[in-house]
Amino acid sequence: MKFKDYQTDGFYDELFEKAGVPHEAAKPLVAKIESLPKGDLHRRQQAAEAAFLQMGVTFTVYGSDEGTEKIFPFDIVPRVIQPADWTQIERGLKQRIEALNLFINDVYHDQNIVKDGIVPGELLNSADSFRPQCVGLTPQRDIWIHVTGTDLVRDDAGKLFVLEDNLRCPSGVSYVLQNREVLKRTFPNVFESMNVQPVYDYPNRLLAALQHLAPVGVAEPTVVVLTPGMYNSAYFEHAYLAQQMGVELVEGSDLVVQDNFVMMRTTQGFQRVDVIYRRIDDDFIDPKVFRKDSCLGVPGLMDVYRRGHVALANAPGTGIADDKAVYAYVPQIIKYYLKQDMILPNVETFLCGEPKQLKYVLANLDKLVVKAVNLSGGYGMLIGPHSTKKEQKDFAAQILASPRNFIAQPTLSLSRAPTIVDDDFEGRHVDLRPYILYGEDIFVMPGGLTRVALRKGSLVVNSSQGGGSKDTWVVTSKEAGSSQTQPTNSQTQTQDVTDA
Amino acid sequence: MLSRTADAIYWLARYVERAENVARFVDVNFTLALDLPNESAAQWKPMVLTTGDESEFTDRYEDFSEQNVVRFLTFDRENPNSILSCLWQARENARTVRDTISSELWEQVNHFYLLVKNASKRDVIDSSHEFFAAIKQASHLCTGIADSTMSHGEAFQFARLGRTLERADKTARILDVKYFMLLPTSDHVGSPYDALLWSALLKSASAFEMYRKRFRAIHPDRVVEFLMLDPHFSRSMRFSVKGAERSLRLITGGDESGYANPVERKLGQLRSELDYADVDEILKGGLHEYLDGFQGKLNEVGGAVYESFFALKPVKA
Repeated sequence: MKFKDYQTDGFYDELFEKAGVPHEAAKPLVAKIESLPKGDLHRRQQAAEAAFLQMGVTFTVYGSDEGTEKIFPFDIVPRVIQPADWTQIERGLKQRIEALNLFINDVYHDQNIVKDGIVPGELLNSADSFRPQCVGLTPQRDIWIHVTGTDLVRDDAGKLFVLEDNLRCPSGVSYVLQNREVLKRTFPNVFESMNVQPVYDYPNRLLAALQHLAPVGVAEPTVVVLTPGMYNSAYFEHAYLAQQMGVELVEGSDLVVQDNFVMMRTTQGFQRVDVIYRRIDDDFIDPKVFRKDSCLGVPGLMDVYRRGHVALANAPGTGIADDKAVYAYVPQIIKYYLKQDMILPNVETFLCGEPKQLKYVLANLDKLVVKAVNLSGGYGMLIGPHSTKKEQKDFAAQILASPRNFIAQPTLSLSRAPTIVDDDFEGRHVDLRPYILYGEDIFVMPGGLTRVALRKGSLVVNSSQGGGSKDTWVVTSKEAGSSQTQPTNSQTQTQDVTDA
Repeated sequence: MLSRTADAIYWLARYVERAENVARFVDVNFTLALDLPNESAAQWKPMVLTTGDESEFTDRYEDFSEQNVVRFLTFDRENPNSILSCLWQARENARTVRDTISSELWEQVNHFYLLVKNASKRDVIDSSHEFFAAIKQASHLCTGIADSTMSHGEAFQFARLGRTLERADKTARILDVKYFMLLPTSDHVGSPYDALLWSALLKSASAFEMYRKRFRAIHPDRVVEFLMLDPHFSRSMRFSVKGAERSLRLITGGDESGYANPVERKLGQLRSELDYADVDEILKGGLHEYLDGFQGKLNEVGGAVYESFFALKPVKA
């Protein structure tokens, strides 16, 4: 397979500047693929898929009986991120997480940002994700958001935007790690020659960030991962992270509150738990405080948490900062807490809760993407240009019924990346979800999950909606600390990397 | 380790062992059918009796034909003890503890399940011997991989506890049903078929060659003695129970001079009973009665394991 007929069709392409001309950073990769014998790429793709199945790297599909497990569709042609872009991403995300953390802390304490008139109080009070149970709480080390997966996109000019923040239980990082394992086997030589930044130490970093939260006086904290169980779609990831960190994977029924501590049931009796990386939503973690009907969580957990006898990551209540209406205020939030301008811009966002903006949204439904503020995974969306008049009318009714619950954004013409389709490469839209850890400091894993809309023309990349993934290669240049001999990119990019 | 995790590992090992045992005796019966004269063609009914799932079978199948029995024992998803069902359950258990077991073991269990699942898509088992041999080998691989990739700590010992208890139970069942079935056909005594059938019994427990080395001539009482009481053969009831007890003591840290919980007590009693048993006495008292009692005691051990290590006591608010 060759790229000679590959067209960028006027979209920003992640590998090609224009047809036939790869980006500087992607040149070795493109050259390697071009040099493969006929049929070889297909063979490598099949080998990669077989490896995933054999390793049991699968996700659960709801509502189908036989094949309840599928491998996450995967394209072996990686997406390459150039050094200058990565520098901006890394700095922008650190800034964003720092500010959002300060924001959450403020929301559950004095709400100075409301008093100072930056964010309307009504916006917080009306948010579904606001947790009155968390008011006055101070989590260990004042950190609320320990693990974040922020979704980024590019427009047709190649400009990067933050599409949304996922501050509750963002998933997908295990696919990044597994994709990389498989890609290293698939393209060993080219991988080495390109100075791809490693991702393998993510579990170490995650463990360190979690251990950092240990209650006072606990030298060797017992860390666990709390999962809703094996029927959860992300169960593979929960098990994988627990295994890679060498900690127990627990379910709610394994934990019990005794004498103001959280204990787990072991074959040798009860053992104290100090830090819980919970992969269960707020609503379910403690039936005594949140949803009464939940049997996934641990009754009394919040009380222990309040006493500082156990740490929870992410802290309950963080969802307030990824409410899609709050998102619209992030530029002001950064300015307010850090006195800085936003490094990674937001996508222009209209709040239906604001009468003027609502009017504009209703008049332009055919041009906008409308999203419900509390839903994710591609649900509760209207993609204006791809919708029918009837869908627009139905959606308008929903918006009018509860304007606060909707936002709208212009449709971006998302960037594309070459993807194997039958016997050729075709451009498919992609986004990027880097993972950020907040422990002793803020760490952005170099890379992230590149999600691909596999259906032609589709803009929806969610795995629940037919999306797939690609490995993401953040390449670095020679001066940035590598001993490789790959020719460097331009002088400016080198400087950017060393600045970071 | 977590009680739930220990439970899952214990059952993971039991189900893999169970699948292997079913494969072994179905395979032997296939081979036997080829050697027997037509009129006394291999009996398939005892295969079902061995598993203890007779009513499950008769509810859904018309007769004990080879085809029905083989289907029931290998691919029938509704039969919880078919090879496919055992492996499905083994894999589900492995999946819940894949953070605890080694990746190598998880991949082998996954591979094992896929092997049988893919075979089940064809209605007929072609080259059955290769198929069942592959199953036995896959099971041995699980054991070997666990042995050489996992720390021999608690998780490993729970797996071995499950495997050895299952093995003791299956050897007892095979012996019980086969003995019962072979004895009455006294017209075969001394005929070539006699040796053939007793050899088949030994082969069902992969014991034929080892028996030969120990006793050489095939004699019913010696076959019984070998499968029940041999101190060195790894599938004998005594050896398996001893292995189970060793794992148990490694889990609890207790020595063999007493007991600290009901499992240690029951298992210790059972082990010493076998240590001091005499095959002639057992046969005089009735082999079936003895084996029945043995299985009952093993079930009690299983119950005590559950109570002592796995039971999740209800949480009081």
